[in-house]
Amino acid sequence: MAGLTGRMSTVVKAKVSKLLDRAEDPAETLDYSYQKQVEQLQNVKKGIADVVTAKKRLQMQESGLQQNVVKLDTQARQALAAGNEALAKTALERKNVAQTELQSLDTQVTELEEQQQKLTDSEQKLRAKIEAFRTKKEVIKAQYSAAEAQVRISEAATGVGEQMADVGLAMQRAVDKTENMRARADAVSELEAAGTFEDITQLGSGEDDIDRQLKQLSSQPAVEDELAKMKSELGQGAAAPQISAPGGAAAAEGAQGEPAQAEQPGQSGGQG
Amino acid sequence: MIVRISGEGQYRLDDSDAQRLNELENDVVSIVEGGGEDGFAAAFATLLDYVREHGAELSDDELEPSDVILPPSDVSFEEAGREFTGEGLIPD
Repeated sequence: MAGLTGRMSTVVKAKVSKLLDRAEDPAETLDYSYQKQVEQLQNVKKGIADVVTAKKRLQMQESGLQQNVVKLDTQARQALAAGNEALAKTALERKNVAQTELQSLDTQVTELEEQQQKLTDSEQKLRAKIEAFRTKKEVIKAQYSAAEAQVRISEAATGVGEQMADVGLAMQRAVDKTENMRARADAVSELEAAGTFEDITQLGSGEDDIDRQLKQLSSQPAVEDELAKMKSELGQGAAAPQISAPGGAAAAEGAQGEPAQAEQPGQSGGQG
Repeated sequence: MIVRISGEGQYRLDDSDAQRLNELENDVVSIVEGGGEDGFAAAFATLLDYVREHGAELSDDELEPSDVILPPSDVSFEEAGREFTGEGLIPD
C-alpha cells in the first residue's frame, strides 16, 4: 500500500488508528457497528450545540462591554470637564481594559464560528458516509457469500470508522478551544462582578485593589494619549488642575515609572 | 494513494506524487524541529495545497480508508511541536 515515510503523517495516522482500534471490537456485529455510527452522529450534534452555547455567551459579554466602553468614555469627559483629571484617568484606564477585552472576545467569537462551521461540515460528511455504509452493507450481503460479505463490510466499516475518528479529533479540538474560552469568559465575568466596569462616579477618592490591578493591565501610553486628546477637545491645556483623588494621581505617576508592566502574566484580564 | 487532511476530507492522488509529498512533509518537520516558527505556516500550507491541487476529492459516500493522514489546516506551531518532535514521537 502506498503511503508516506514522513514523521508527521505517520504520527497522525497512528493516532487515528489508535482511535479506530478502540472503536472497533472484532466480535461486534455489523448492525451494532451501524448503531454506533449513529450514536457518534448524535455526539457531534451535541458538540456543535456546545460550541454555539459558548459563542452566545461571548456575544452577550461583548454587547455588555460595548455599553461599558461608551459609559466610561462619557464619564471620563464629564470628570475632565469638572476638572477632576484623576477620576477621568481612572475611567479611561477602565475603558482601555474593556476595549482590550472586546478585541479579544471578537477574535474568540470568530474562532468559534470557524469551529462551528467545521463541525457542521464534518457532521454532514459523516452522515453521508453512514448512509452510504447502510446501503452498501445490504448490497454486499445480497451479492456475496457470508464470509466474503463479512470481509467487504468490515472494509467499508473501516472507511466510516476513519471518518468517525477524524470527527472525534475535530470535536476534541473544538472542546479544548471552547474550554479555554469558557475560562476566559469567566475571567471577564469576574472583572464585571468586581465592579471594574461599573459607574465610575460611585468610587471614593482613594484607590482600591481594582485600580491597582487595572493600572497594570491597561496600556499607560494609550490612556495618556487619550487623556491628552480629550483635554484638547475640551479646550484644556496640559497644566489642567488636579483636584480630588490624590491617591489615584500619585499611584498613576508611580506606574508611569514602569511602563513595561502593562501586561502581567497571570492577570486574568489583559491576555489575548 | 488516498490522502486525508484532518477535518477537511480525503483526496485521491497518483502514487507518483508520494515522493514530492514526502519532501514537502519533511520540510515542515524540519522547521518544527528547528524550533523557529518562521516559515512553518507557509510550509504547511504548501503541503496541504499540493494535496488539494494534485488530488481529486473523494465524494462523501466513498468508504475508503486513507493511506496518509495529515493534520488539520489550523494546526498551530505549538501543537505541531508537541506532536511531531521530542516526546511526541514516543508511543503512549
